[in-house]
Amino acid sequence: MFSDFMVNTWVVATLVALVAGIVGFFVVLRGSSFAAHALPLCSFPGAAAATLLGVNEFFGLVVFAALGVLGISQFSRRERHDVATALSLLTLLGLGDLFLSMTQEYVQNNYAMLFGQVLGVSDDQVMVVAATSLVTVAAVIVMFRPLLLSSVSPALAEARGISSGRMELWFLVVLAFATSMALPVVGALLVFSLMVGPAAAARALTNRPVVALLLSVGISLLTVWASIALSYTTNWPVGFFVGSIGALSYGLGRVWGGLSWRPGWGQRLADAGMSQGM
Amino acid sequence: MRSLLSLIFEPGFFTSAPVHTAMIVGGGAAVVSGVVGVFTVIRGQSFAGHALADVSSAGGSASFLLGINPLLGFLGMAVIAAGGMELAGARLARERDLVTGIMLGAGLGLAALFLYFDVTTSSTTGAAITVMFGSMFSIPASIIPLALAVGVAALAVSGLLYRPLLLASLSPELAAVQGIHVRMIGLLHLLVLAFAVALAAMTVGAILSSALLIGPAAIAIRLTKRPGLAIAASVLAGLVATWGGIILAYDSFYWTPGHGWPVSFFIVSLIFVLYLAATAVRGHAGTEAAV
Repeated sequence: MFSDFMVNTWVVATLVALVAGIVGFFVVLRGSSFAAHALPLCSFPGAAAATLLGVNEFFGLVVFAALGVLGISQFSRRERHDVATALSLLTLLGLGDLFLSMTQEYVQNNYAMLFGQVLGVSDDQVMVVAATSLVTVAAVIVMFRPLLLSSVSPALAEARGISSGRMELWFLVVLAFATSMALPVVGALLVFSLMVGPAAAARALTNRPVVALLLSVGISLLTVWASIALSYTTNWPVGFFVGSIGALSYGLGRVWGGLSWRPGWGQRLADAGMSQGM
Repeated sequence: MRSLLSLIFEPGFFTSAPVHTAMIVGGGAAVVSGVVGVFTVIRGQSFAGHALADVSSAGGSASFLLGINPLLGFLGMAVIAAGGMELAGARLARERDLVTGIMLGAGLGLAALFLYFDVTTSSTTGAAITVMFGSMFSIPASIIPLALAVGVAALAVSGLLYRPLLLASLSPELAAVQGIHVRMIGLLHLLVLAFAVALAAMTVGAILSSALLIGPAAIAIRLTKRPGLAIAASVLAGLVATWGGIILAYDSFYWTPGHGWPVSFFIVSLIFVLYLAATAVRGHAGTEAAV
């Protein structure tokens, strides 16, 4: 399990878990699970398109991730947010279907794009994931305070001159960046489960933002490590374990939180007379 | 006229059995999704609809494993997921979003597991693409009776729900005052939603099935404010996209030798084009503005 060819797997998985734990905290806080689910799937056709054109997979992913962000923010001008997300997701996936049918010989690769190919990670991929993780974490640190404020209370943030529309756009960009780079390794579906499960469990356990953030990262790391170990021994797909452990930890978190229920800090802020404005 | 028709319909279109099956099952899916979709969009449940569709892929991939009718697989899993969402019972909108996300992650994990078993035990390598993106021309004709039964059941429940659901969607408080059991109505709608996405998953694939649900409804709501009219427009848009997509996909076998383009791609593209057209015709929001 810890032999040479597994070293890259552990490194990449740890990096991805770290980023997913941090970004996931905001996904849960902002209630943007749908966007977190949609953006990786939006960029997934990019890989197939890149294969078709014979260019580096990386460019395809970036272009389609950008299209996803653009789609969501453009449709949002006219539609409700969830409808906008659905429309851009489905349009890009439709394109993906076409590209997939043209690249039938890469069917194994396509399966990996959806469900991940955690074993046999190359050194190049480790470098790409490491660089992106660094950029993503740096971006989150830079915008931590305004992002937190605009997530908890958009109205209060607006009063301090933080545009919630711009914050949303930046957040989508970070989300797209974080997910699309990890895509070839962990798959479009896995990265999403990793963002929502641990962060949701953390939120159920504590009221304090920084503690929740750290817990989210911790649970995310444990989830990924356990999943890889289990996947290695059973040979079953990693995505299955990440999805189930995520659901399990959220369930446990709800039970624990239910035993000692207090109003969340978002709730307390709202009760203190600040309108949520959502 | 005749030459124009033969330009649109390549030879053999009307005599091909797979095309017949695709037209019937696809049409049924479009009608049911069109009706249910309008309520889904008004209620702001696009994410739930999409999640149910994705989770149903676990059932679809399990059906390959068990050798049962794939529609039963999609349907079973979608209904289980709908029940689970309701049981996890989140009253706050934000918590609902989380529960949906968690269900979605767990469901897709299951789908990954079943697809893995499909590949290892029965070497059906194409299963992933079939379940996720659909393959309309390979639907067995034997599925038609079950598909129609599911469709009729969904439409019947929708018909019964129409007034209370509309009221509960537009103003839950007013509905509660009038003695409508808002939560029960919501659960029934979620079940009808599960029926609709299962049917659509058979045709355009699990991952794209919410295109038939949300696309036509979004188009219709662009065009009209009146709910009844919106449902009619939504059904019409769904049918145009589905049947148009089947025709184009069939024709595409003649454009690119030996290898057609997927039906799902054409359906989603047509929905997108119709949406752009509807936006151009009527820029401002329709039904939603009335909410």
